Amino acid sequence: MSEKPPSILPPGTRFDPSLAARMMTRHGHGGWLGIQYHAHGEDWVELKLPWREDLVGIDGGVGGMGVLASGPIISLMDNATSMSVWTKSGSFVPHATLDLRVDYMRAATPGQTVIGRGECYKLTRTISFIRGVAHDGDPADPVAHVIGTFMATHGPYL
Amino acid sequence: MALTPYAQALGIEIDHDEAGEPVLRVDYSNRVAGRPGFLHGGAMSGLMEMAGFAALQAELTRRGESMRLKPVNIQVEFMRGGTEQVTFAKGSVTRAGRRVALVNAEAWQDDRSKPIALAQIKVLLIPAE
Repeated sequence: MSEKPPSILPPGTRFDPSLAARMMTRHGHGGWLGIQYHAHGEDWVELKLPWREDLVGIDGGVGGMGVLASGPIISLMDNATSMSVWTKSGSFVPHATLDLRVDYMRAATPGQTVIGRGECYKLTRTISFIRGVAHDGDPADPVAHVIGTFMATHGPYL
Repeated sequence: MALTPYAQALGIEIDHDEAGEPVLRVDYSNRVAGRPGFLHGGAMSGLMEMAGFAALQAELTRRGESMRLKPVNIQVEFMRGGTEQVTFAKGSVTRAGRRVALVNAEAWQDDRSKPIALAQIKVLLIPAE
């Protein structure tokens, strides 16, 4: 299981995605990638990943010259969907990713910031079901779709 | 085999070769950290994806084929939390036809018989030139 970010928020605290995202995207893998808060709603969170030269994949291989590698997109979507679960639940509940599937529609445009929208469409006591879309400017022309599940590890979501 | 800028920046290296298939490694650092003390799932996925592509590239090279690889999708199953230690990953080609390849990859830490995650990767093969 992929353990999730900081226990900087004590369990039980009302989860504020904008505040939490700003803190959680500063450290570790998300901080290194440069992931930032973008927007949120009742059961969704949007994070963004600005293009950077050292995040590029195989030249002429995985997408072509200057194209963002797919690893950073997986991380962006893992973080955005993870936060959407706490947003829907209303509180910070420690959890772990059980599985994540990413469908790549097309290569991200070199130089463009990628926006990842994660949505929690169902919460049970211990399992959360998530989906998400990544795009680089036009939500109608996505870069990737994701679907997956998380499991609450230290007490129920509801 | 040259690793991508992303792989290099993350600290991914080729550890050794195992029967023609490269074993990749990444040392634990803040760059791959998730929740304090644990490896980030996205970093694990990125490592497994690179291992998958490396195994596929090695297979295509053996066959003398020059292909561009376009990822179609990846399905990752996380089974254990990765901890603060070196992580390894290796891909194995399940089937590589003329147009599409299916590659499995696994990631482990100190105990190879207890993988921390598995991945299935589908790749479109496009003839170069």
